[in-house]
Amino acid sequence: MKCKPCGAEAVIELRRHRAAFCRECFLHHCREQVRRAISSHRMMGHSERVLVAISGGKDSLAVWDVLRDLGYQADGVYLGLGIADYSDASRDYAEKYAAGKGATLHVVDIPTEHGFAIPDAARATKRVPCSACGLSKRHLLNKAALDGGYKVLATGHNLDDEAAVLFGNVMQWQVGYLARQRPVLEETAGFARRVKPLIRLSERETAAYCLLTGIDYIVDECPMAAGNRHLRYKETLNELEIKSPGIKSAFYFQFLERMLPVLDDVADAERDLVGECARCGAPSSAEICAFCKLVEKTAAAS
Amino acid sequence: MQVHLSNPKRVVEVTGPLRVADLMGQLELNRESVLVIRGDTLVTGDVTLNDADDIEIRPVISGGSV
Repeated sequence: MKCKPCGAEAVIELRRHRAAFCRECFLHHCREQVRRAISSHRMMGHSERVLVAISGGKDSLAVWDVLRDLGYQADGVYLGLGIADYSDASRDYAEKYAAGKGATLHVVDIPTEHGFAIPDAARATKRVPCSACGLSKRHLLNKAALDGGYKVLATGHNLDDEAAVLFGNVMQWQVGYLARQRPVLEETAGFARRVKPLIRLSERETAAYCLLTGIDYIVDECPMAAGNRHLRYKETLNELEIKSPGIKSAFYFQFLERMLPVLDDVADAERDLVGECARCGAPSSAEICAFCKLVEKTAAAS
Repeated sequence: MQVHLSNPKRVVEVTGPLRVADLMGQLELNRESVLVIRGDTLVTGDVTLNDADDIEIRPVISGGSV
């Protein structure tokens, strides 16, 4: 198979683009897709400092690498989740990348700094582990961005992540969640701007990007995530994608183009409900924010 | 050829020559969900694999909290 842009031997075929690429043209394609996502959704400017949420996986390391390559002032932050060997290994990959590139990586270890591990919090709050983890990440990553004076918090959410979340929200008609599922969530009081520069790349592309640029990442899945609903949605969408290449990106990008504008009023109404957590001051629609409640319940159970 | 798979980690022996796309079919894998790696680089679906090749099939699906 030949590279569509240059005719050299291809290393990857992207059926939704009806194209195959050699290494060099594929890396150019990845950078171009990120540049287009940033530009078309006005995610950030080159003068703004960006904090990238780093897990040690392919997506977060790929987005950090591409942002640095495109000239953004991007530092990383790694959250230690306390998931036994998996967290230790993930942190090693994050630190190895940062050291190799001379990049700044902040580390926030949840067990050390907040006194609990994610599995403990999940048990204490009777949440599924991914729910306790997501809640903690959203709170602590935002805090890390604000404390560090970063205007923008970038995450490695890719096209598959966004399509799977959209699929789940549509399956249950979670209108509030749909209204907030945006490539950019603008900064508001207590929130850094949150951006998703990888929305135009599938996770097969981010994995290939890491492999072809020599970025070592943790391949194993988080042991707490096995069999979760999000992974099942991804498998379902890939079953559709194999029969109808491009259906996944059409599902997501048509949502952005056609549905999100209809949901602007819902998003505005939800934003109006947000006040401040009486305990930590973080934005919250309840008197005590979900993170403070999680910390309290976990401490009570230990 | 030896084919290395993950989740769970295992090695299976497959007889070549065989196209990558046919290997995917034989192992009942969705090629949207994996990368096929020969040596240190990726290969496309039309490439023919031989008995002497060492192949890694790397899953790309990840996702817990988002």
